[in-house]
Amino acid sequence: MPLNAASARPIIVTPELPADISTGVTGSVLSASGLTLEAVGEILALATVLEREDPIQRAQRLAKRRIALLFYESSTRTRTSFELAAKGLGADTTLVSSLSSSIEKGETLKDTGLTLRALGAEAIILRHPSSGAPWLLERETQLPVLNAGDGMHEHPSQALLDLRTILAHLRPGVEAVTAETLAGLTVAITGDILHSRVARSNMILLPKLGARVILCGPRELLPELAAQAGPGVEIERNFTRALEQSQVVMMLRIQAERLAGLQLDLEEYKASYQLSEERLTKYAPKALVMHPGPIIRGLELTGEVADGPQSVILEQVHHGVAIRMALVYRALAGRTLTAGAQKGVRA
Amino acid sequence: MSTLLIRGGHLIDPAAGVDAPRDIVLKDGRVAEVAEPGKTALGKGKASADLQIIDSKGLTVAPGLVDIHVHLREPGQGHKETIATGTAAAAAGGFTSVAAMPNTTPTNDSPEITRWMQAPERGASVRVFPIGAATRALKGETLNDYAALKAAGVVAVTDDGHPILKDGIMREVLINATRHGLSVIQHAEDTRLTGGCSMNAGPTAFRLGLRGMPPEAEYGLVERDIRLVTELSMNGKGDKNGNRPHLHVAHTSTAQAVAAVRQARRNGLRVTCEVAPHHFLLTEEHVGAYDTNAKMNPPLRSAADRDAMIQGILDGIVDAIATDHAPHAAHEKEVEFERAPNGITGLESALGLSLRWLHHEWKLPLGRVLSLLSAQPAALLGLKGRGTLTVGSFADVMIFDPKQEWTFRAKNSRSKSKNTPFDGWTMQGRVQWTISEGRVVYQAEAL
Repeated sequence: MPLNAASARPIIVTPELPADISTGVTGSVLSASGLTLEAVGEILALATVLEREDPIQRAQRLAKRRIALLFYESSTRTRTSFELAAKGLGADTTLVSSLSSSIEKGETLKDTGLTLRALGAEAIILRHPSSGAPWLLERETQLPVLNAGDGMHEHPSQALLDLRTILAHLRPGVEAVTAETLAGLTVAITGDILHSRVARSNMILLPKLGARVILCGPRELLPELAAQAGPGVEIERNFTRALEQSQVVMMLRIQAERLAGLQLDLEEYKASYQLSEERLTKYAPKALVMHPGPIIRGLELTGEVADGPQSVILEQVHHGVAIRMALVYRALAGRTLTAGAQKGVRA
Repeated sequence: MSTLLIRGGHLIDPAAGVDAPRDIVLKDGRVAEVAEPGKTALGKGKASADLQIIDSKGLTVAPGLVDIHVHLREPGQGHKETIATGTAAAAAGGFTSVAAMPNTTPTNDSPEITRWMQAPERGASVRVFPIGAATRALKGETLNDYAALKAAGVVAVTDDGHPILKDGIMREVLINATRHGLSVIQHAEDTRLTGGCSMNAGPTAFRLGLRGMPPEAEYGLVERDIRLVTELSMNGKGDKNGNRPHLHVAHTSTAQAVAAVRQARRNGLRVTCEVAPHHFLLTEEHVGAYDTNAKMNPPLRSAADRDAMIQGILDGIVDAIATDHAPHAAHEKEVEFERAPNGITGLESALGLSLRWLHHEWKLPLGRVLSLLSAQPAALLGLKGRGTLTVGSFADVMIFDPKQEWTFRAKNSRSKSKNTPFDGWTMQGRVQWTISEGRVVYQAEAL
């Protein structure tokens, strides 16, 4: 039989690709990539309304509704602010962490989720060491899921609160967001990009509003292909050049727990990428200094910079509560108490 | 055993160069006669207790398909698949011969397990050819007794699921396998580069926050193996009978690995490769929202790699389509992507996908597609009398309608497991009958 009969034919049709990562349950926020500009605007507006509201009135909004926080990884900021957010809206919260629960006995994420639903949880806030875990939880429970950080993948609520912090400082008074809101703004994200879910969420979210994102770091922590993450993202290995161009400098911690055997010379790293007072004053004297925390003083930035006048690190934490109130409210809005309770009983 | 007459069908037997209307008589598990319509000794035939007639008017008759890469999971992992359920799935997919990988529990290191797998008590619908473990417990350290394994019926050796990583060990494996006339099947994965990885390295893995397996983990090992085969072929070491080593690259997935095989063949080496349907159809993008049914090893690769698999099939450098049928229970796949086991089922979708895409879309002649699924894999592992329907061959037959479109439904699968990314896909070419050594082992439900 002729072997070459078909080989000259160009291959045009190949099987269709699956639809974009999107969420199936209303109110879920699994990734920044899944957020439309419209949804971002809605969340920001809601955060402002809820933040300004009288606390007594606000506590009626989700009075006695049930929200579960399911944390497979340690957390200070995210957990506390989600919890305060839910409680501020009047909801009952319950925290399940991987230690001191049946997860230790080998219960799967699916079964843990179904159990929480049967207990009446109407939404689950999940932090998990495996990228993609929120999709599994949403699929299996059909509850709204708020991703509080999944592996090295995304941390969308962090990106939203970072955005709110940036807007408060650099676009004061802006009510509605558009694809041009952050036009002309350059944000340098520096450090351990490879292992950072905060970096991934920000490099997707900020360009949606027109920002330019520069990723900066050594090859081991910032692979070349990161520049393909989306439009508006580029790589600049030279920290000085990155600083010179930026109005926002976002520093990241080196994630020792995810390095997986990677050897890194910390002294060399500090020499090239540590944000010191000297560098900041010289190359980016007006830039906002941000950090998702936890910060390691003396490593990715010096204590002086963290406590200095350009630092908005604690403001970020503060904005976290407002953003998370909006996310929690949105997750439960449209669901009545009865509907939620019935869902629990059915399970 | 009764006689079976298949009449009125159109026979495609690529190995015999037949593509014409033919009647076929099967007797005592073998092909007794092949003749023009109505011209066999039985004439038009008359059904009786001793003569079964299959009317194949409008259908195509072909050699039963041969899959040289399946995981039947027995012994030891019967919750995923048994030899009975796996071979029932094979029969439904048109396969009459399957080569079973040794990564069972315990691993197939011994003649006892090899014989156990082939025992009638397993209830196999089609012929099972065990593949022996190249090294003890697939650890890549100590060679098994190939003479004993071969005597018990293994058709090749491999550590599939794991590579044979050490140069010295791979060399010994090649020398010893060659001495016993066995092929060496390599799972080409340099595991020093793939620790903690769950998909292909690239922009998609970066975006999804998953650690990626670099393509060089595959082709680097293929190139290393080819260097060893080159050396052993030239010096003829370890072989008194002039046998040259045969390296077969399992589940080839990278463009560079196909290129390496191509170069090896140009150099006259006995190096062959197989490609699985998922590697010529899907790309890393199909991982989508962390679909664990798109997780396998080797992983789905880039579009360029996928295109290289198609090209390799079309231009003939790929020797076989093999499914790497790897059943897993639903609960094992309903977990976090990084924790999910590798692999998908494939026996019931391979023909339908191959005909739909290779033949219908990409215009590979029907005979070539069938050859890649029967004659070529049978020849590759030296399965005598399989993959062809010449007189005297085993009465392994698939009768199908190459034009019929149908929709694959995982829930209707005969396999114990339903882990497939092809659920709901349009297939082409529905199997109507599968006959294994003269016995009807699958018959499609009437429409």
